[in-house]
Amino acid sequence: MKTVRVLIVDDHRLFRSGVRAELGPSIQVVGEAEDVETAVRTIAELEPDVVLLDVHMPGGGGQEVLRRVLGSGSQVRFLALSVSDAAEDVIGVIRGGARGYVTKTINGTELTDAIGRVAEGDAVFSPRLAGFVLDAFASTEAPPIDPELDSLTTREREVLRLIARGYAYKEIAKELFISVKTVETHVSSVLRKLQLSNRHELSRWATARRLV
Amino acid sequence: MSEIPDAIPAFPKLTRPMSGRVVAGVAQGAADQLRLDPVVLRLAFVLLTVLDGLGIVAYAALWMFTSREPSERVDRGRDWGQVAAYGLVGFVLAALGVLTGAAAGGVATWPIAIGGIGSLILWQQADPGRRKRWMNTTVGQVRQTWVRSGIGLLLVVVGAIGFLVAQDQLAQAGTGLMFTAVVVGGIGLIAAPWLASLWKELQKERTERIRQEERAEVAAHVHDSVLHTLTLIQRNANDPREVTRLARSQERELRNWLYQPKQDADATLAAAVRRVAAEEEDAHGVPIEIVCVGDCELDESLSALLHAARQAMVNAAKYSESPVVSVYLEIEPDEVTLFVRDRGKGFTLDDVPEDRMGIRQSIIGRMERNGGSARVKTAPGEGTEIMLTMKRNS
Repeated sequence: MKTVRVLIVDDHRLFRSGVRAELGPSIQVVGEAEDVETAVRTIAELEPDVVLLDVHMPGGGGQEVLRRVLGSGSQVRFLALSVSDAAEDVIGVIRGGARGYVTKTINGTELTDAIGRVAEGDAVFSPRLAGFVLDAFASTEAPPIDPELDSLTTREREVLRLIARGYAYKEIAKELFISVKTVETHVSSVLRKLQLSNRHELSRWATARRLV
Repeated sequence: MSEIPDAIPAFPKLTRPMSGRVVAGVAQGAADQLRLDPVVLRLAFVLLTVLDGLGIVAYAALWMFTSREPSERVDRGRDWGQVAAYGLVGFVLAALGVLTGAAAGGVATWPIAIGGIGSLILWQQADPGRRKRWMNTTVGQVRQTWVRSGIGLLLVVVGAIGFLVAQDQLAQAGTGLMFTAVVVGGIGLIAAPWLASLWKELQKERTERIRQEERAEVAAHVHDSVLHTLTLIQRNANDPREVTRLARSQERELRNWLYQPKQDADATLAAAVRRVAAEEEDAHGVPIEIVCVGDCELDESLSALLHAARQAMVNAAKYSESPVVSVYLEIEPDEVTLFVRDRGKGFTLDDVPEDRMGIRQSIIGRMERNGGSARVKTAPGEGTEIMLTMKRNS
């Protein structure tokens, strides 16, 4: 397996060195950045395979990095890594273009796994993100504007439910009698819907969840 | 009235509240009972007094025959501004009535009454409680205040014009009104920039105050919980289990405070499951990860589900040796499903003796007694997953 070149973007030095130490041998950390400016510059310079992106940072946070880097046409893949559990943040970075969201409590092996998955172009959902997606897609009563994008298929729903229940991809595949590749396809398709669906309810749902 | 069994009794005893009273609390008490705005009754008393003196008699009678509201509240002072306002309105109306002979009755009474109502609505804006609410509420309520002011103003103007018409003096008053309008308009033009800057200043001060209050709240929270936990962690530095437990429980509390919508701990199922999981996590030192989709009110059968879920979490945390327990709760329109899963050592269900209470009685039995079901999926070395399902009675 070829090594994945990773850039760590986080404003806490201690956290950056912690992640560096935990990652497996299949990952090569090529650089670090501590704010939006340096992140945008370093990504352009180093062209890493995957950027580990903190959500809350001085200068606009992870969403600003996503906006500027992806806006310039870059193909870099982002995995958001944050302590925040707020729906607003989670849905925000995913809609901003990140290919996955994991919380900082994740252990080294799981993180290495997640980075590998993102590098291959798949999506990574934490149980909580899966819960948010199910909630967001279920809570809207308005008829979908674009049925293909605005609703989940039964299979996608099943996969998300299992992720929310704490199943790993391999366990999901076994449970549903499908291949791990198929599980990945379903998750990627949910990610695409999450990013492209132009129903405003998604963002509004995320914001409203805080204000209840 | 069977629809609202726990609300205020349908017909509360008439009492005179001491806080917020203007004279003796009669109008306020009566308003509470009739579920009206006290302003309406105060105004009625003032008008009845001005027109034929009946108001003061009625007020005195009610004052004598109703008791004070029993209350420990210290706030017994009157708002003298309001007393003066009502007095002044009454006095002016009485004076007008006497001067014009309108008090004797007839058409001329109505303009006075309308004008009186209008001015009372306007005066009511000076109530300190209302003013405070006005200062820190949303746009909707501010708009409501404007509507009130507008109606009050309109009533005063209609009253004044009606009075003039009744006295056949509208024509003469025309020139005077014109002159007044020009003077008021001029003053308005001169004062407008100053008023605008004053308003801006006020807004700025208000945002600043809100920000300071928020900062104070954050500081208080950090002090009460975070610093306290850090002290405990230092004191328990040689007990890694206790340190983890403390850190984890502090993390959870902080997360709830920062990110969770404010919920009444026992009103909804999702909140109750979070609370139960937090308690078991504290008791057994194993992290319990929770994902909730949807939410609903907690009722009797769902309480049974909650108890069963607690037992499942205890089993997973205590016996499975799994580093983490996952709980997933999904509330659908007609059904509630809850999963408790661990990646621990698992067991063989048939090997569990018949008399063991945990799984059979507290989980499966309890769910079945309450019209739900429980399914246990486990095998040695494969972890355990317990699925609880309950139909929703809507």
